[in-house]
Amino acid sequence: MIKASLNARRLLCPLPVIRTQDKVKQLKPGDQLEVICTDPGVMQDIPTWCRINGHKVLETSAGDHEYIIILEVGA
Amino acid sequence: MTKQRKAVALISGGLDSMLAAKTIMDQGVHVEGINFFTGFCVEGHTHAIRANNKAKPKRNNSLWVAEQLGIKLHIVDVIEEYKDVLINPKHGYGAHMNPCLDCKIFMVNKAKQWIVENDFDFIITGEVIGQRPMSQRKSTMPIVAKESGADDLLLRPLCAKNLPATLPEREGWVDREKLHEITGRSRKPQIAMAEQFGFDDYSQPAGGCCFLTDASYSAKLVDLWKARDGDKQYDLDDVMLLKVGRHIRPEQNFKVIIAREEGEGRFMQGYKKEFITLACVSHPGALALVDGTPSAEDLFLAARITARYGQGRDAEQVDVSITGKDGSERVIQVKPLGAEEIPQEWFI
Ligand code: SF4
Repeated sequence: MIKASLNARRLLCPLPVIRTQDKVKQLKPGDQLEVICTDPGVMQDIPTWCRINGHKVLETSAGDHEYIIILEVGA
Repeated sequence: MTKQRKAVALISGGLDSMLAAKTIMDQGVHVEGINFFTGFCVEGHTHAIRANNKAKPKRNNSLWVAEQLGIKLHIVDVIEEYKDVLINPKHGYGAHMNPCLDCKIFMVNKAKQWIVENDFDFIITGEVIGQRPMSQRKSTMPIVAKESGADDLLLRPLCAKNLPATLPEREGWVDREKLHEITGRSRKPQIAMAEQFGFDDYSQPAGGCCFLTDASYSAKLVDLWKARDGDKQYDLDDVMLLKVGRHIRPEQNFKVIIAREEGEGRFMQGYKKEFITLACVSHPGALALVDGTPSAEDLFLAARITARYGQGRDAEQVDVSITGKDGSERVIQVKPLGAEEIPQEWFI
């Protein structure tokens, strides 16, 4: 199982979603991806994108102007 | 057993594409959504930039629509390819800088490439004859189908009965009788259909799906091109910065972008390496970026403008820092410009 990370800082939605989507395409089911963003919109958009595309959000956290989402790639 | 047919639906986030996709899904076709990000889309950005919008982050409507429909959504970054559509639209612009007809042709063409690569059978859009003055007229429907290369693989379920039968109809992949014949600008038929399907809380953008239909945004874009001696190339940062702040151009060779609130200021901080930045230091005030090639005198004027938008606007003197792209900083003292000293034509 791979644990990958994606720097999506300074990108505004939907670009973090697009970058996440592109990165997930390179991963396999069960792999994990951590996405680090500065646009608070990702807290809504990435989980929605995960739900409709069959991936699982494992963890979300919001720090000082930084938002982190960890997801597990679905089948 | 008959093969289950697959269609890709162009999902803008609005009601029409949602209804079009649902109409086809209800006929047993496998539908997935596709959404193209040109850089100008109304979804997302500006909302994210402004601090006072933070409490309730706006949803992305195309993702929301896909979730309501229970379909996958593929969001495609077309920023680079879209430049040619915007800069050289064969069919011209709409009321503002919106090249709607060329844009439609471009998107349907991209969808056509996508169905070939992904082994899908046809394309659905939410177009309605007579809905939009430029891109959705009876005469433009065949133009989009032909020039995109989609031809009769392009099905518009909401107005299909007013158009010649497409391949999916002729082959019986979908039942033409169950398609619709909506025309015109009235939204009543769509609203009734939405009710029937149990959709509420859907988005109905008034102008169009992107900032290019906005008069003030278009004016800023035209101004940017003019200031660059007609060079119409642009990058995503240009597109973003046109959505942020107050834009004031005292001279052809430079403009000042002043943050209107905290969130914009924070966003603009990210551009410190690409622009000269100005900020009031003796009084609270907004961050300003200077775009172009200002002389020392121009920077002095830019500092006076910046001071005008700070809390020291009525002071005799305000200290303003000027930070170069290399990080070098100096502070100058200026008298803030009076409101009457900023001509209306400076505002873009
Ligand atoms: S409003 Fe914008 S995105 Fe929509 S068709 Fe016109 S140019 Fe394209």
